[in-house]
Amino acid sequence: MTDKRRIGVYVCHCGGNISDHVNVKEVAATLLNEAEVEVTRTHLFACSDASQQEMIDEIKEKKLDGLVIASCSPKLHMFTFRAMAERAGLNPYQYVHVNLREQCSWVHTGDKPGATFKGINIVRAGVAKAALTTPLTPLRIETQPRVLVVGAGVAGMRAALSLAGMGLSVFLIERESEPGGWATQVGRMGPDNQHGPEVVANLLKQIRQHDHIILYTNAELTGKSGHIGDFNATVRLNGSENLTLNVGAIIVTTGFTPYEPRDGEYGWGMPGVVTLMQFRQMLEAANASGGKLIHNGVPVRDVGFIYCVGSRQEKSEECPEPNTHCSRFCCMATAFTGSLLHEVEKKTGQTINQYHLYRDVRTYGRLETVYTKAREDGALFLRWDPSAPPRVEKADGRLALKVHDTLLVEDELEIGVDLVVLATGMTPRPNDALNEVLKVPKSKDGFYNEIHIKLRPVETAIDGVCIAGTAQGPKNLSESVASSLAAVARTGALLKKGFVNLEPLVAKIDTDKCVWCDECLKACPYGAIERIHIGTKEVAMALDSTCKGEGACVPICPHDAIVIEGFRDDQIMAMIDASLREAVTA
Amino acid sequence: MSAGDNKSAPKVLVFSTNAISDPGIDRAGSAHLHYSPAVQVIPLPCSSGVKPAWILRALEHGFDGVFIAACGGDCAYLSDCTPRTSTLVSRAQTLMKEHGISPKRLKMAGLCSVCADNFVAHMNNFQQELKSLEA
Repeated sequence: MTDKRRIGVYVCHCGGNISDHVNVKEVAATLLNEAEVEVTRTHLFACSDASQQEMIDEIKEKKLDGLVIASCSPKLHMFTFRAMAERAGLNPYQYVHVNLREQCSWVHTGDKPGATFKGINIVRAGVAKAALTTPLTPLRIETQPRVLVVGAGVAGMRAALSLAGMGLSVFLIERESEPGGWATQVGRMGPDNQHGPEVVANLLKQIRQHDHIILYTNAELTGKSGHIGDFNATVRLNGSENLTLNVGAIIVTTGFTPYEPRDGEYGWGMPGVVTLMQFRQMLEAANASGGKLIHNGVPVRDVGFIYCVGSRQEKSEECPEPNTHCSRFCCMATAFTGSLLHEVEKKTGQTINQYHLYRDVRTYGRLETVYTKAREDGALFLRWDPSAPPRVEKADGRLALKVHDTLLVEDELEIGVDLVVLATGMTPRPNDALNEVLKVPKSKDGFYNEIHIKLRPVETAIDGVCIAGTAQGPKNLSESVASSLAAVARTGALLKKGFVNLEPLVAKIDTDKCVWCDECLKACPYGAIERIHIGTKEVAMALDSTCKGEGACVPICPHDAIVIEGFRDDQIMAMIDASLREAVTA
Repeated sequence: MSAGDNKSAPKVLVFSTNAISDPGIDRAGSAHLHYSPAVQVIPLPCSSGVKPAWILRALEHGFDGVFIAACGGDCAYLSDCTPRTSTLVSRAQTLMKEHGISPKRLKMAGLCSVCADNFVAHMNNFQQELKSLEA
């Protein structure tokens, strides 16, 4: 048995957020009875500079070798206090955070004795864990100053230019024969009236001029090995030649696939029913020739737009796998199209009535100006409810739009139109072969999943692989570029430093217990398990740089040979036991 | 509710997950919802790493029930997190039966990072069920 630990326990009032509902003095006094605890104190705000300095001084003065702070959720201040522990000369992994606010004081308001009793138990569990901590060192990995960007749409091209601007080398690969993605096909875009093909041409010109960007078209990512900071990516060119690229990080900007309506969905399949993208191409053609908008040989008089096609769907017999998400760009793009249509009117004198059948207009922020302008330009907005969606029928050689306007009248309106335009949304791009290589998790909507939508919005569970643009979820072009710049910032921060520290909270295998049965190998989706020899014995080893520390191998091991650092068997058992001792108050 | 009542309320140990269900449980706090102080949480990286032996230890040493607040479909690590966790639950329940503990004392549900109301409802229901086991 080693020497007795010297643990400091600090209980935070959080102003009154904790101390109004938990008797923090009682918690501190009770914890002083624990054998391994050297000192306990309460702080009005443990996170304040003054309190941190007091704790640092005390850690040094009393030569503490473990630290427990009971305060808010670890999501807020775990890293604050880890850094503080380090400044006090303590190993940051010998610090344990106890969630005394979100998971105690705030949920047991009005029951101070109950909350205090529980508070004592959970801090005790924290002490039990801290008593079994060992100093851990983050794994340091050298990084390569090169980036692979997968997908040369606007998001990918913008990312490549910004990365190159930081002095990193970039390989930009595109599966199609031409870069640019969907932006090449949409013409002018709201809200700033930028022309898609011009945006792409401008980016492409800069990319071609840049010494540090190599663009490969007809190129597919077919293999990936290595780890954050040092990947080897296999790229197949023109379906045959293979190229190996050594990169420090990967950004995935593979974009979306437009929703394809089902046969008969809002008249899809009938002549005169088109998608927004098809309609925009008709408008472009009319605009380019300076002529009228013609359909079936006659000038178009009435156009109906139906919003939310393929977005915000509900599960039904016809739609067993609904796209429940909002596609974000379509309200703005459709309203903007209304203004483009008005321009044709102004130029040619052709009168075109436009009816916008919407569920909710989501032209948030600055995009509201697009919606306002569309109304000024003659777009008539009619609101429908999903319980009675609009219907499209044939009528006298034209089309009839039937809709219940929920804001105006009870009866169904019938509107004669020449064209029905379906504002189709975004769906995840089917990329099975690529997904097999990248192993980036997808969320329920089928788009690639970030670690946390707010706190880590472009990083994925695969360290060193970021996602951006519409590969991650529906976005308009400026949001797409914003996310790709976020991915650039993240990747730049990673690679410009030259090395990366990885959390050491990963799997450790007890080679005495291990007999190499390969169960852990089968359980690990990351390829982090390797077979090694110790003398003549075959055992498993977990690769620190590849292991994610999620622990799936731990309960699988038939020989109880695996632990995850920070969540070791003995620590969890000790926490359980400590939680159950009756709280004897001081 | 007073401290006296806590002693009669069934004690529940919750295994939460750092990235998914623990933030959901935190949210119950941020929203000032209420659940019993006899509920305690131990956060882990992922529900696929819960050892059946931990569950047995908790139940044999005084917890009345164990609840796994699983990552569900939102798991950032494993696309098949739910089936993996379910397998662990079955294994743990077999182990519990061998030790004469009702398998009803272990429950698992996917809990998302904003599922505050769900968590509170789960706790209330689970404690009710545990009480009916005592009766």
